[in-house]
Amino acid sequence: MIYDQARWRRTEEPVYEPLSAEKAERTVDLDDRDVPLPDELTRDEVTLPRLSEPELARHYTRLSQMTYGVDSGPYPLGSCTMKYNPKFTEDVAADPAGLIHPHRGDETTQGTLELCGRLQDYLARIGGMDAVTLQPPAGAAGEFTGIRIAANYHDHRGESHRDEVIVPDTAHGTNFASAALAGYDVIELPSGDDGRIDLSALEAATSDRTAALMLTNPNTLGLFERDIETIAATVHDAGGLLYYDGANLNALLGRARPGDMGFDIMHYNVHKTFATPHGGGGPGAGPVGVTEDLQPFLPTPHIRETGDGFETYEPAQSIGKVHGFCGNWLVLIKAFAYIARLGDPGLADTSAKAVLNANYLGSQLDMEIPHEPYHHEFVASAGDKDAAEVAKAMLDHGVHPPTTKWPDIVREALMTEPTESENRDTLDQLARAFNTVAAGDEDDFADAPRRTSARRIDQVAAARDVRLSWHDVEFE
Amino acid sequence: MAHETDGSPFTPHAPEETAAMLEAVGVQTEDELFDIPDAVAFDDSFGIDQRTEREIREECAELFGRNDELIEFLGRGHYGHYIPSVVDDVAGRSEFLTSYTQYQPEIAQGFLQALFEYQSMFVELTGLPVVNCSSYDAAAALGEAATMATRLRGVDGDRVLVPEAMVPGRRSVLENYLAGTDVSIEAYPFADGTVDVDGLRDQVDADTLFVYLENPTVYGTIEPAVVEVCELADDHDALATLGTDPVAMGLLAEPASQGVDVVIGDAASLGLPTSHGMGLGLFATRDTFLRQVPGRLVGATTDDDGRRAYTLTLQTREQHIRRERATSNICTNQAWVGLRTAMHLTWLGADGLVDLASECVELAAELAARLDEIEGVTAPVYEAHHFREFVARTDASAKSVADALVGAGYAVHVLDDDHLQMCVTELTADAIDGLVKAFEEATA
Repeated sequence: MIYDQARWRRTEEPVYEPLSAEKAERTVDLDDRDVPLPDELTRDEVTLPRLSEPELARHYTRLSQMTYGVDSGPYPLGSCTMKYNPKFTEDVAADPAGLIHPHRGDETTQGTLELCGRLQDYLARIGGMDAVTLQPPAGAAGEFTGIRIAANYHDHRGESHRDEVIVPDTAHGTNFASAALAGYDVIELPSGDDGRIDLSALEAATSDRTAALMLTNPNTLGLFERDIETIAATVHDAGGLLYYDGANLNALLGRARPGDMGFDIMHYNVHKTFATPHGGGGPGAGPVGVTEDLQPFLPTPHIRETGDGFETYEPAQSIGKVHGFCGNWLVLIKAFAYIARLGDPGLADTSAKAVLNANYLGSQLDMEIPHEPYHHEFVASAGDKDAAEVAKAMLDHGVHPPTTKWPDIVREALMTEPTESENRDTLDQLARAFNTVAAGDEDDFADAPRRTSARRIDQVAAARDVRLSWHDVEFE
Repeated sequence: MAHETDGSPFTPHAPEETAAMLEAVGVQTEDELFDIPDAVAFDDSFGIDQRTEREIREECAELFGRNDELIEFLGRGHYGHYIPSVVDDVAGRSEFLTSYTQYQPEIAQGFLQALFEYQSMFVELTGLPVVNCSSYDAAAALGEAATMATRLRGVDGDRVLVPEAMVPGRRSVLENYLAGTDVSIEAYPFADGTVDVDGLRDQVDADTLFVYLENPTVYGTIEPAVVEVCELADDHDALATLGTDPVAMGLLAEPASQGVDVVIGDAASLGLPTSHGMGLGLFATRDTFLRQVPGRLVGATTDDDGRRAYTLTLQTREQHIRRERATSNICTNQAWVGLRTAMHLTWLGADGLVDLASECVELAAELAARLDEIEGVTAPVYEAHHFREFVARTDASAKSVADALVGAGYAVHVLDDDHLQMCVTELTADAIDGLVKAFEEATA
């Protein structure tokens, strides 16, 4: 397959679609305006783009054409679960009756609270957890929330000396950063030769300083940590808690639950597992599930069912707030609608097809996949080629490339997660893109991509001469 | 668990396709692909019924129908304005909605440019040259600003000073962000609804790391002492951080020119309707702090054809590269909300923004004046200019007045036994007469 992305470009100037302000700007001098405030409180002037509505619509439509999304083609970005985002959930979320202010009294918002209550319940069942907070606005915010809960739990038990969080070397970068943000020393755990947790290394790393182990299962190589019961026992015996990073939960829906594996705390990435759109970087939502012992530490307000409806309350030992209000509400509605659309049969089918698609795609590649058996994603090796260059060459084939050069334990890693929403034909096209590039001459890659909206972009220059706004750009 | 069911409507596999794929992989069923020990396998059901799309739309409409229909005169950090249809329509294009972080800039130029335009418009409004392409909300941005302060050279101290009255929720989030540091948080006093500068002067000292203030304040008052507060912070090598709002910035003095080091705020008051508190964390700062900025930054550069192009830049600050030494743990952010906010700002233009901001001042003054005419009501309580909202005092119990207003179809904030707060925008302007009438009845 060959892909030509929309490429609007000016023949007379070295730009693509001009910036909105480059098309037209207008400055309002506030001295010329009858503003209702005295001079000493006001600014002198405001300058913003001046685009009529037709111009605005065309500008952003062109920008959308210069953007590749899941609806454009396959997007096998490993660990990001770029699955199809159903359309009806957008309509559900847009219902004006659901668009309320967070400071209303509970008795006037029973519908919203009940939807939150039902979603908490669904997530608890899916994860095997006892209670779930919807407040964290993203996966990393969920991690931070979970580690803050662990910290408060240890403090409450008089074990404030626990100052280490253990993270495997294959973990998402956010795990390290979230633990560090919460004030912990991060102990990196080297993986075993088989790509899984090395039990003796774990034994050596755990101590009475261990606050938690953060673990993704299946891990970023797509491997299930088969020794999870032993891992849980090792951490628990040392007095630590087990944290589940939900980034790869799509692989396990209806097959296994973190709560049953011994995890005490987990986050859900609803923008991954539960199909809410990624929006060019966000918003997501990162609800956090906990066991009963940790329920008193959940963020405030928490939502619970009472005899005659739902109410918000502050849990007894709450860590406080992790979002100014109640989290990313519009995203949570979409996740609820998606889970309801799938139900038990759809959730189980999702994991089945996600894992089948990854294994089918893997079986069609002329590339080494060092670690098996993988589930929803695999990490192929680009071998002698530079994985980042392979990705650039793939862009001309109508596919988004995989996540590159990570995890480090696979040479020139291509972390690939096709998700359940691709059919066989698309997977075959994806395999051809991989194989064509793998068979290609790397010397030709320097000229790639040729057919995208922009050609190869000079990222070194961007970092050397930092220009972060149109004030730093010469208008054409 | 039985898997021979009707499955997901979002998996495209025809039965014969599944069979062929299984054969290619070399297994009989999908179940064989799962390497899960029996001891931890799940063989029960969740008890979640599968519903049709239509059933779910009806179910959610029924649920939302249980929310009382109230006209909300509510603010205190979360606001909505009229959103033109063009924003919903164009932002809803699926290339925007269904893409993710622009790790491959060549194929994501459109979104990158939209984020660059977002950054640029907030550089204009704040006067600060570095704007990231979003934190989760104002509270998270405040937490990020304070943790950034702990990493800066030339900014010392171990105390963060925050106003005793600030947008609810923000202080608690800030406490969580700082829980992993040795930094403590102290409140400085307000007097008559704005900063008590003398009180702050008594508290700020060499140990002060960071001074936070809001303009407009949580009470809707326009803060006259921003410059003095920033000078006090600067005198003690502390970072001055201002919480503000994109609409208010259309009228209020430019933060950078007042000496502000970091601007945070909830920029979703343009771009999103009131959404149960969902926001967009604005984060802007000086270029001397560039290497310590949290979150994603889009920069301009060129491509191989020599044309201007855009890319995420300075990524070595970020968690996926720097891990535990990153400037923040943020990965997924609020980019799509930022896109909507940028579109809304562009639609308004400079004239529209100044008009909307002016209306926020005029409407608050009008509603306060109307309420002040009612016996037993004083509004506004604070002698200041107000933006969108203000505090009113009632001789009658504030709670009973608010309850009576809910009975009449209006929601307002109850602050304490005898103070209410109300927010009014162009969306609620037509309801002012009704609110005033209900107020008269409630306080009679």
